[in-house]
Amino acid sequence: MNKRVLMKGNEVIAEAAVRAGCRHYFGYPITPQTEIMHYMARRMVEAGGVMVQAESEVAAINMVYGASAAGARVLTTSSSPGISLKQEGFSYIAGAELPAVVVNIVRGGPGLGGILPAQGDYFQATKGGGHGDYRNIVLAPASVQELYELTVEAFNLADRYRMLTMILGDGTLGQMMEPVAFREEEPIDSSDKPWAVTGFKAAEREHNTIQSIYIEADDLEALNNRLQEKYQIIRQQEVRSEQVNCENADVIVAAFGTCSRICRNVIRDAAALGIHVGLVRPITLWPFPDAAVVSAADQSSVQAVLTVELNAGQMVEDVRLAVNGLKPVYFHGRTGGNMPTQKEILDKIRSIVGR
Amino acid sequence: MMEEKVFARTPGLTDKPFHYCPGCTHGIIHRLIAETMCEMGILETSIGVSPVGCTYNNYEYFACDMVQAAHGRAPAVATGIKRVHPDHTVFTYQGDGDLAAIGTAEIVHAAARGEKISTFFVNNAIYGMTSGQMAPTTLIGQVTTTSPFGRSADAQGYPINVSEMLATLQGAVYIERVSVTGVKQIRQAKKAIRKAFYVQQAGLGFSMVEILSTCPTNWGQDPVSALQWVDEAMMKQYPLGVFRGSEIEVKPEWK
Amino acid sequence: MSRIEIKEERCKGCGLCVSVCPKKIITLKRDTLNSRGFHPAGVTDMSACIGCAFCATICPDAVIEVWKETKRT
Repeated sequence: MNKRVLMKGNEVIAEAAVRAGCRHYFGYPITPQTEIMHYMARRMVEAGGVMVQAESEVAAINMVYGASAAGARVLTTSSSPGISLKQEGFSYIAGAELPAVVVNIVRGGPGLGGILPAQGDYFQATKGGGHGDYRNIVLAPASVQELYELTVEAFNLADRYRMLTMILGDGTLGQMMEPVAFREEEPIDSSDKPWAVTGFKAAEREHNTIQSIYIEADDLEALNNRLQEKYQIIRQQEVRSEQVNCENADVIVAAFGTCSRICRNVIRDAAALGIHVGLVRPITLWPFPDAAVVSAADQSSVQAVLTVELNAGQMVEDVRLAVNGLKPVYFHGRTGGNMPTQKEILDKIRSIVGR
Repeated sequence: MMEEKVFARTPGLTDKPFHYCPGCTHGIIHRLIAETMCEMGILETSIGVSPVGCTYNNYEYFACDMVQAAHGRAPAVATGIKRVHPDHTVFTYQGDGDLAAIGTAEIVHAAARGEKISTFFVNNAIYGMTSGQMAPTTLIGQVTTTSPFGRSADAQGYPINVSEMLATLQGAVYIERVSVTGVKQIRQAKKAIRKAFYVQQAGLGFSMVEILSTCPTNWGQDPVSALQWVDEAMMKQYPLGVFRGSEIEVKPEWK
Repeated sequence: MSRIEIKEERCKGCGLCVSVCPKKIITLKRDTLNSRGFHPAGVTDMSACIGCAFCATICPDAVIEVWKETKRT
């Protein structure tokens, strides 16, 4: 029987990483995720690992790059402005094909913004905030339990595909406390890393180099082709989403993370008015669950799709692309740390269905 | 009559020909580091970090495990590597733009933390790869592509003495500035490189060797005159010597 | 007799070895071009070589190897 513990989201992320075998954490304080580093400052020492408070988020992501190149499971966490600083590092990690896990506890932007929750980093996370043709796997938990499970899974995905996996949370998830049931043992995909810089014995292998520069066009194109093939496999095998109440719905609502919890309640409110609302909740934001969105939208009962986000309209673009003109796609969002109320969302749905 | 081979190309270098300009001192410095790793028996347990600059691809020249870093980030990358493999010898190799411009925060903090890594700082007072711009170590009066009238303190500020600056940090336990302008200086540079690796292996803290170097192409000089300019001009701003750790002796039992 | 060997194809004709040879027996061969377009270094009088290895010590391309004469025991 799994023990259930009441824990804060930020701390669960740290605990999950240690349980997943991560023994190297590099961070910098930024609200609203600093508790992750505080927890790690003790927990890593207890676990015999390393926690370094770096001089900046830039330094931290480069320490991640180095530790990953050296073959370790490694984590850094930050919030929106700090994640902006890390974009250079993300591009290098992608080009060098290194596994890494990064957590973004999103706050309001742009600029210094605010410290309240937001979802305004969707574009940055899924379309690539760094330079070049690359992708990161992006996971969007919607509960503290999911924070735990997806953080563990993130390390497996990162190792399996030799790339960065991002947990896109938000300030609500990071700060809230919910019960978490921890497994006795975590499912750890321990992949061999023969490419890592670990020192070597001449009898066993040649020296390894890790780099991302290819001066010859053909060589750089070969790298890009290799990356694109990898991403295609991930699109086929790693998409995750949840569908709630979608069969024969009048309106499909698409939402992720904290926002999806509000929308989930709206299903019940709408039902009381005789409106059948279904929810599609992407769990992987990249790869985006096109098929789940389409299968929900492509029903004769469905009048429209409504995307609800804590931003000015980001995931809605991917929803529109997926729906591809089948049905009208609407958007409702709030920014600045404000949350849409259930009533706001219901009012928007009512205006769509005309009752 | 018998003969003994007294100088061979070190196995610490791969066989790839260096792409550097004729007379560029990068080649000398690469060789000294590679020779030292072999002589100390640490080639297989060393991991180097390449910078961005003329020597961006020195991971192709050193025969140990190598990781290339983003511009200026090598000390942070080296920190990550060393924290995973504390028993290995981790070094960074950086030019004056990489270390003293974009990478200033990273080198200061790696040194302040006393990270047990060794940095080889190649200072030639100019940016080579991007064709001759001013560096943080460019001398007052020196003509570069971005100081075409000669560097003026008013317009472009003053050069930075990195060794002296880092020597104020407690975690930086061994800092020496050397040059490679002649055989005697090259031998001293090699001693400094060896001492840096010993300091790291003894777990004492951060070590750095700043190596005054030439850039014949962008200085507009022939290689031999360029070496002389280091002696005559650069050394006035950047005196040779030990700024931290003169009391540390390289003990025989440290391998 | 001490001697050196210079890998001509990899020499860039930088002249540093010329400048440090105490016996002044290294020059750049003005009548020769290697495949990369450089005048490689060459020795004018190998019998005068003392095997000091100054040339190899300063060579930035590590293309010089040195043999030193040893007395028979």
